[in-house]
Amino acid sequence: MSDFEHPLLDDDAGPLVRPYTVSNGRTAPTAKLDLLSLVRSTGQLRPSQLENEHAEALLLCREPISVAEVSAHLRLPAMVIKVLLSDLVDVGAVIAQAPDPAVDPTDQTVLEALLNGLQRRL
Amino acid sequence: MAYNGDSDRSPAQQPPLPTAIKLLVAGGFGVGKTTFVAAVSEIEPLSTEETITTASIGTDDLTGVGDKVTTTVALDFGRITLDPQHILYLFGTPGQDRFWFMWNELSDGAFGAVVLADTRRLEDCFPALDFFERRGTQFIVAVNEFDTGYRYEPEEVRAALDLKPNIPIVCCDARDPRSATLVLVTLTKHLMSAAASSVR
Repeated sequence: MSDFEHPLLDDDAGPLVRPYTVSNGRTAPTAKLDLLSLVRSTGQLRPSQLENEHAEALLLCREPISVAEVSAHLRLPAMVIKVLLSDLVDVGAVIAQAPDPAVDPTDQTVLEALLNGLQRRL
Repeated sequence: MAYNGDSDRSPAQQPPLPTAIKLLVAGGFGVGKTTFVAAVSEIEPLSTEETITTASIGTDDLTGVGDKVTTTVALDFGRITLDPQHILYLFGTPGQDRFWFMWNELSDGAFGAVVLADTRRLEDCFPALDFFERRGTQFIVAVNEFDTGYRYEPEEVRAALDLKPNIPIVCCDARDPRSATLVLVTLTKHLMSAAASSVR
């Protein structure tokens, strides 16, 4: 969370910044992202070059990660995260896998990867 | 992964992003969806909030504000890294019927679904069965065997749910990682045979 939040209050006070303040009130991301869109940092920008939530989001993107996971880790609604991540896409800090064209659920290669991956866990 | 944020590496040199695979766990409230997700996930299950805008048809419209309703829905999900190029995400569907409209968005792009059933309250999974049948989403039924529940044979459950003979029914213990993973294996084999038969 950002440094300029009232530091004398603890977590029990709840979030002091309304979620959409983080996205400057924007609710429409510029990049097309859904909950399962995967993102990864490009290395073009370091988290220290960004502010607050953008930096925290970028830190999470060192390995491929979904919009849903970034949302859960930063405890912000998915829509806010989509705006944050599309900002990062716009400045070249992360690449995103476009949700379209969607993965074909009948693709046997992907289904075999799913089966093999599950069976390895038994 | 070797890549660790070195800034002089161009995007073209990076490996392609993995493919995300989405499976759903559906069923009535309290049937064990979150338990199931937790049992198979490699991470502590996470929760995200998604804001859904939907037509208000079919919901109580007392506000008169028009035909769009915005609702915030909390989704629990888990993750399994299958291999470097494939990540499975397992989403538990919201149990309350009033969130039925959410399932359209949730089920978009889903490979398939596990419908969890509790033999003490079989009727609770009817909405999920109806929904996936109408959408054409492939699914299997997993009977979560609660300690206090009467053990029915799968074919008895099939008759009670009026399920087609080609839809697998398995019994499981949603708390047990191996048992829950076997359910996902059964679902995947069902998806493979369904995909193979749809090509011909």
